[in-house]
Amino acid sequence: MLELSNLSVSEGRAEHLFDVTVGFRKGRLTTLLGRTGAGKTTMMRAIAGLAETDGGRIALDGKDWSRLAPWQRPVAMVTQQFINYPHLSVLDNVAFPLVRRNVLQDKAREAARDMLGRVGLGTMIDRRPSQLSGGQQQRVAIARALVKKAPVVLLDEPFVNLDYKLREGLREELVDLLKAERETIVIYASTDPREALQMGDDVILMAEGRAIQSGEPQNVYARPGTTRAAEVVSDPPINLIGMEVSGGQLRLDRLADLPARALGRDLPAGRYTLGLRAHSIRQGGDLSARVSLTEVSGSETVTHLQAAGQALVMLERTVTNHALGTTIALSLDLGEALVFDAQGRLIEKEPVHG
Amino acid sequence: MRTFYLALKYLAVLLWSAFVIFPFLWMISTSFKTANAVTAGAKWLPWLQFEPSLAGWRSLFGGVGGINILKPYANSAIVTLSGSAIALVLGTLAAYGLSRFTFKAGPLRNADITFFFISQRIMPPIVLAIPFFLMLRFLGLLDTLPGLILIYVAMLMPIAVWVMVDFFNSVPRGLDEMAWMDGCTPVTTFLRVILPNALPGLVVAAMFCLIFGWNDFFFAFTMTFTEVQLLPVSLVALNSSVTPWWSLSAAAIVSVAPLAVLAFVVERFLSRGGLAGAVR
Repeated sequence: MLELSNLSVSEGRAEHLFDVTVGFRKGRLTTLLGRTGAGKTTMMRAIAGLAETDGGRIALDGKDWSRLAPWQRPVAMVTQQFINYPHLSVLDNVAFPLVRRNVLQDKAREAARDMLGRVGLGTMIDRRPSQLSGGQQQRVAIARALVKKAPVVLLDEPFVNLDYKLREGLREELVDLLKAERETIVIYASTDPREALQMGDDVILMAEGRAIQSGEPQNVYARPGTTRAAEVVSDPPINLIGMEVSGGQLRLDRLADLPARALGRDLPAGRYTLGLRAHSIRQGGDLSARVSLTEVSGSETVTHLQAAGQALVMLERTVTNHALGTTIALSLDLGEALVFDAQGRLIEKEPVHG
Repeated sequence: MRTFYLALKYLAVLLWSAFVIFPFLWMISTSFKTANAVTAGAKWLPWLQFEPSLAGWRSLFGGVGGINILKPYANSAIVTLSGSAIALVLGTLAAYGLSRFTFKAGPLRNADITFFFISQRIMPPIVLAIPFFLMLRFLGLLDTLPGLILIYVAMLMPIAVWVMVDFFNSVPRGLDEMAWMDGCTPVTTFLRVILPNALPGLVVAAMFCLIFGWNDFFFAFTMTFTEVQLLPVSLVALNSSVTPWWSLSAAAIVSVAPLAVLAFVVERFLSRGGLAGAVR
């Protein structure tokens, strides 16, 4: 288990991580999910020893890493940029970390050749990195990271600079490669909620330098603890609508007045925020909204709408080209709606006992 | 049309080559001439237009009215090679430090420290002659090879720092960090990863150092008296009331030769692309 306790990092005047306490389990792939600037890279750099920590503790199996230099930490890392050693051949690039760890040249090359075969570069071992395509260069970097058999593998958006098709393919290959390493802690940073939910055994939501929620992806998606967590984990964006409950009425800000039972649960009078995922907004109904943007992707349509000053996002599982500026009728399906209190904390549908 | 442009290109190259090579050919031809052949108008071809003579070359190796350049030649080689080598080692280390670490010396930051190195070369050498002279006298190193090497290190190191800081800055920091992840300490990172990738820069810096060192006359002249003589100074001794063009030509060929050979050897290093494939 890799544990980060009360970890804070600030570089220069900018603070990047605030008092983060999280744990990463062996044999599992944990996704760090958050937008750009949420602190994912900083957390990885702190684990690798590349970012100086202001306070807190990093420990693997109880062994404190605080005093270990980067080259003493058993960590492998793949970054967004495809970093390889330009002066070495592909084979020597991958053998390099082993040679530095005093493995005999022949043994190191043998292991490197084996690993390059597994990432599909078996025929290119004599080339220089500059003679490879972007996807191949990143495979070299991945092979170099994996060949060390480090107990902690950090993958910082490794595929973000690759084209879509290549990204999908490499991601699957990487997951397969890592599944074979049962004792390895794999940490994968991503800005894409779908990727995080598909790939990760665990997910940690990051926002503004804080770890705001962690757990299994399905649980985190179904029950985001705060409005911020709901925003981070939802793609397309979740609709957050101000709501007033009083006298048996739900008053959705600027949108509609509904009977309180529409929500399927009793709430004391007061201010709330309603979290409505994009697929819970449907075409046809009493509400009307103006189309401000339509994104058609494959078999889905995401439509951005304006309804009396409230921005809404609707997801349809069909291809529908709503003309810009037209007004369409909507209905809200409150069956899966999330309710947050005035402080933005989730109110569980069925209160957890105990 | 393409053939025409190609022909034009070759013509330009030919003209330029002739322009560059002609003085060398003239120098070689002159080194084999006698006083008569030099003064009696332009003569080109040995045996046909003038009778070649080895007088010019003999005068370099202890011939009549000449000098012996072997000792000064060796001195120049020792001083230039050791001065350049020490300047390169120190300068490269300083440049790596300035490129990778943040220094604060009072109000001075990295850029100021880099400029401080370069500023040594901005001053005219004459300004430095007196302090250098006094320092060498204090150390008892006037008119000695170690003294000259010391001066050359001081004069050549700024060149090395200047060239190498730029080169190291162009090597991405991500490469250092990746080397750390792969188990390299800062020293092995420098030796195994950064230096091999800065090789073109190192070659450029070495060439500058060798050229400046080899060609220096000023310090070779002011910091020595009788014991130690460097090549540029000894060649001056060839001059007398009648300019011995044949000896001077032979001397010029001898002193240019090492740099010409060097230029041919390092050319292939310079044309090779440096960092392609490091970070995309």
